[in-house]
Amino acid sequence: MTKQLLTLHVNGELRTIAADSHHTLLEVLREELGLTGTKHGCELGECGACTVLVDGVPVLACLTLPALVGDADVTTVEGLATGAGAGAQGAGAGREAEREATLHPLQIAFAEEGAAQCGYCTPGMLMTAKALLDTTARPTRAQIASAISGNLCRCTGYTAIYEAIEKAASRA
Amino acid sequence: MSEFSVIGRRLPKVNSWAHLTGEARYADDLFLPRMLYGRVLRSTRPHARIRRVDTSRALAHPGVVAVVTGADMPEKMGIMPSTQDETALAVDRVRYVGEPVAAVAALDEDTAFDALSLIQVDYEDLEPIFTIEEALERADVKIHDEAKRANVFKEVHLSFGDLETGFATADHVRDDWFFFEGNTHAPIESHSAVAAYGPDDKLTLWTATQVPHYLHRELEKVLGLPRSRIRVIATPNGGAFGGKSDPFGHEFAAALLSIRTRRPVKITLDREEVFYAHRGRHPVKMRIRTGVKKDGEITAVHYQSWLDGGAYASYGIATTYYTGALLTVTYRIPAYKFDGVRVYTNKPPCGPKRGHGTTQPRYGFECQIDKIAEDLDLDPLEYRKKILQPANSRTVNDLRITSMGLGECLDALQRSTRYSERRGQLGRGKGIGLAGSAYISGAGLPIYWNEMPHSGAEIRIDRGGGVTVMCGTSEIGQGSDNMLASVAAEALGVMPSDVHVVSGDTSLAPVDLGSYSSRVTFMAGNAVRDAAMKLRALLVAAAAEKLELPADRLLSAYGRIYDRDDPSKFIAFADAAVLAESKHGTLVATSRPRASAVPSRAPAWGRRRRTRTRPRSPR
Repeated sequence: MTKQLLTLHVNGELRTIAADSHHTLLEVLREELGLTGTKHGCELGECGACTVLVDGVPVLACLTLPALVGDADVTTVEGLATGAGAGAQGAGAGREAEREATLHPLQIAFAEEGAAQCGYCTPGMLMTAKALLDTTARPTRAQIASAISGNLCRCTGYTAIYEAIEKAASRA
Repeated sequence: MSEFSVIGRRLPKVNSWAHLTGEARYADDLFLPRMLYGRVLRSTRPHARIRRVDTSRALAHPGVVAVVTGADMPEKMGIMPSTQDETALAVDRVRYVGEPVAAVAALDEDTAFDALSLIQVDYEDLEPIFTIEEALERADVKIHDEAKRANVFKEVHLSFGDLETGFATADHVRDDWFFFEGNTHAPIESHSAVAAYGPDDKLTLWTATQVPHYLHRELEKVLGLPRSRIRVIATPNGGAFGGKSDPFGHEFAAALLSIRTRRPVKITLDREEVFYAHRGRHPVKMRIRTGVKKDGEITAVHYQSWLDGGAYASYGIATTYYTGALLTVTYRIPAYKFDGVRVYTNKPPCGPKRGHGTTQPRYGFECQIDKIAEDLDLDPLEYRKKILQPANSRTVNDLRITSMGLGECLDALQRSTRYSERRGQLGRGKGIGLAGSAYISGAGLPIYWNEMPHSGAEIRIDRGGGVTVMCGTSEIGQGSDNMLASVAAEALGVMPSDVHVVSGDTSLAPVDLGSYSSRVTFMAGNAVRDAAMKLRALLVAAAAEKLELPADRLLSAYGRIYDRDDPSKFIAFADAAVLAESKHGTLVATSRPRASAVPSRAPAWGRRRRTRTRPRSPR
């Protein structure tokens, strides 16, 4: 199998890698770029664990060929935190304040509500939820349920996830 | 200030931040230098003799580094020492579609996958058995030659109280049959293992397992490598639910391929393979005969279950007992007979899944309770409340009941759902139902008989006041790492976020038997508390000396050791640690032998198992 050079915009960084042309975006993110935060659950498009954002739209990385992504911006869970907090707060700032300034409101709300149990569906869930909040500032419970209907979670029963997304929305 | 500074407070789990940022390292997230990728060849036949496995073409395939087959690891293994009937990879015979037969290690996963099709397995098909009925009757088709009667794996017959009188004095007897379909855990993370055999002849296996200690034992047995040279690290499990509680073929295959190649080997199952690995909830056929008085008071229950165990033992002995043992704990039953039979069939092996073995009989029994209520014109919710097993009592099969919250639970249910008013009033196609259930907290016995603790803990305090808790528990998403940190933090007077947790590592942490039977908080939690209290005593004594106060006036919370009567008199936790280390040396404590022990009187079910089916001592 011949490898193909690919240039991807991932989490604001321009990355060039060589990968087999049949390898999926999921494989390239995890194996070539070391972004293992994006999970593989079924690699059949059923579970949503591999959800990433392509130009802000949630896609299943396991069903996406990187060649088709082109110049679009890819955001993974590693790109969800801004990384802005450390500098903004200065050396003396409290760790928790710094964390709040750095993390996405969804990440904080998920922690507070216990919406991540084993944590394996969480990255995909967060990315789907981010896409929802970016387009719908105050989603209803029905809109949340509809948005994350493609992201399976076996631990929580979803209630804590709904509540965390609502909490993050209320703080935005 | 409340009695507790940590326990009962709503704090983020200590491992939340790793989960929420993608930093958590699950087994498949590990990439080691020179690592090879493995894939498992699985049986395409439900029941067949293996005449020959030819791996020569696969071995010759460019990029393939090693191939192993069942013949390389013929030692019998299995989770329960008394019923070991599996091999890591099939030897001579396959018993279900998907059974591991061979494994390949290659430079990349695509090559390993391609090489599987180059392995030639010559099968001689045998007649398969697919149903409980066939398994019971077909003595001519033996899935395991060792089975005494047809394909029966295990039979249990237990009787408690006077069943005959119970039924004779009943005003009404119901006799119902039920069938519970099996189901599977489907964790979002598929099983994955990374093995690394080093030039020092030591093997490290990172794997998504609920039972690192039991796996450690089986690796020794199957690989013939002393346990002292094996280190098992249970990686954070991306969901498990009982499905990662057995030793699995791919774990041994990764280990042997690494030993053969002297390179790290990773095997991650794909979703289809997770269904073959299975160990899911047993399909169970049940017959329940229950006698009641006119007012509904139960006089006797005769419960019979037939479990479809699939091709191998797994936890089948325990499952068989569980189907009968816990039926008595919710409602008063003065006489009880239990007959359980588990059979082999040519399907993926069944095993433990959330509420191990109790969900199926609960479904049947609770349906029957509803039917009895209907027969006697009673409200099903009120009826259940009337016949509750009381708190602080013993069941007819001598299980100890401590608290009994089912009544309050039913009251809360009625308040929130208005069950009694809405039952039968929701129109065609809609309904409302309820069921009671109960489960044990902590398995009374280890799966191999021994006098050692079920769980041990070691705690270290460093010179900066940092607390490290080491315990062999496996984090499966139930929050055990957070529990360990919280228990230690509460006892010592720091916050969970100040605690480092080392869990699931057979080299660094004392043994915990595993994440099953709702036992971890009870047993590992007690072990951690025990070790922490020893260190707390040293720190408090050092602080008392410095503050010139009696030690019993000092409390420890929020990183301070302070005077109960005047909290402005305090010493920082880290300073107390320095004083204590100056006096006592390195601050390390371990839990006592019985810290994780179950109550002194083991339940009858446990005693009975010990005498009748005592597991062989390990070889």
